[in-house]
Amino acid sequence: MEHKTSFFKAIKAVIWKDLIAELRSKELVSGMLVFSLLVIFIFNFSLELSPSTRASVTAGVLWVTIIFAGTIGLNRSMAVEKDRGCLDGLLLAPVDRTAIYFGKSIANWIFMLIVAAIILPVYSILYNHNVISIGLVFVILLGSEGYVAIGTLLASMAVQARTRDILLPILLFPVVIPILIASVKASNGFLIGVAFNELTNWIYLLAAYDVIFTSVAFMVFDAVVEE
Amino acid sequence: MSTVIEIKNLIKRFGHKQVLKNLNFSVNQGEFVAILGPNGAGKTTLLRILSSLSKPNFGSITIGGYSLPDQAAAVRLKLGIVSHQPLLYGDLSAEENLLFYSRLYGMDHPQNRIYEILQLVGLEKRKKDMIRTYSRGMQQRLAIGRAILHDPEVLLLDEPHTGLDQDASNMLDQLLEQVATRGRTVVMTSHDLGRVANMASRFDILTKGKIQSSISVNDLPLHGLLEYYQSVLSLIDANAETKNGT
Repeated sequence: MEHKTSFFKAIKAVIWKDLIAELRSKELVSGMLVFSLLVIFIFNFSLELSPSTRASVTAGVLWVTIIFAGTIGLNRSMAVEKDRGCLDGLLLAPVDRTAIYFGKSIANWIFMLIVAAIILPVYSILYNHNVISIGLVFVILLGSEGYVAIGTLLASMAVQARTRDILLPILLFPVVIPILIASVKASNGFLIGVAFNELTNWIYLLAAYDVIFTSVAFMVFDAVVEE
Repeated sequence: MSTVIEIKNLIKRFGHKQVLKNLNFSVNQGEFVAILGPNGAGKTTLLRILSSLSKPNFGSITIGGYSLPDQAAAVRLKLGIVSHQPLLYGDLSAEENLLFYSRLYGMDHPQNRIYEILQLVGLEKRKKDMIRTYSRGMQQRLAIGRAILHDPEVLLLDEPHTGLDQDASNMLDQLLEQVATRGRTVVMTSHDLGRVANMASRFDILTKGKIQSSISVNDLPLHGLLEYYQSVLSLIDANAETKNGT
């Protein structure tokens, strides 16, 4: 029996599998969500900010929350593949291995966006400061894409190590610093009402990092998962 | 009979340790070859190289006319693999796991095939249950189902009886027998001589990084596989001692 698996069908299959498994277990999103809410609560009670300073720290608090929660999600997402040898099952399929990478990346991105969609209104209520705006949503889309693109690659590298839980943040955080800085600057700009054309440098930087990280991951994923 | 698997001068190193040393190995179509050997002999390494999960340092490998590692995707289409682990997702049902793998293998209308497989492995009544609720034996039966889902030419089994109790092992043997009688080429590694003695058509002994001996089931001595296996290992150990001058 001869079958050819198209690149896009393989991506769809991996996304479908991750979404169905998460719908059942709710381990990944619930873990990320509880962690994010705790971070927001802790910042809220520990900083005791005046209304005027709240606006200036909002972007930083939001992005630190998203990035830390994202690490939990990325670790869990690859740990599931390591259980029962499932990663080998994926690698044994007659598909371009980068399709597996894109499938995992897109699923991780969806999980991150779900968490972001919940924490934005919670943050707005807790800090009594509306943060929901098209500009911020746009920056979250761009920033989280770059983060997930490189994060999924590094998580597939870290998952092969015994110290994977510690290894991933150590590898990931230094690499995503440009994304974090650009995301915080652009988000802050949108939140304090700076015009879009004044933020284009940060947006371009984010877009450039998204392209670079996705391209690098596309090129090296096969080598990273190779024994 | 045509050669399905051919390995020439295979070398595999992990750091400075050479696990496979100029290994030569071939399997004809329809053969059921059991690879026997002590722990650390390189059985799992050999199967991981054959399944394209690991790359050799040197040597040529062809499976079904395609070479590894250059034509790995084409080779993977011809292979079904059963390892110590079931390669199944605990949060998906048996049916969903098979559906997922059928999509990865590019099967267009897999429902009939999935039903056929579930019947073959005797899990059609538990098809909606999540894998994490299955016993180890049931998971291993489904792992065989997953491995033959795309009707591969070659089945690679890496100690599939590991962790199974007597009943589950017997059930697995029956299943493997059914699979083997359908004309597939099977390569299985095992420690359990008693089990493979009744299943394989050829026995290869792998130790010290090489296939040291190969014998057909028809040529086994009167006292069977165990006697043959022990005599081969003793001879190799004696030769090694002589070389070392002890």
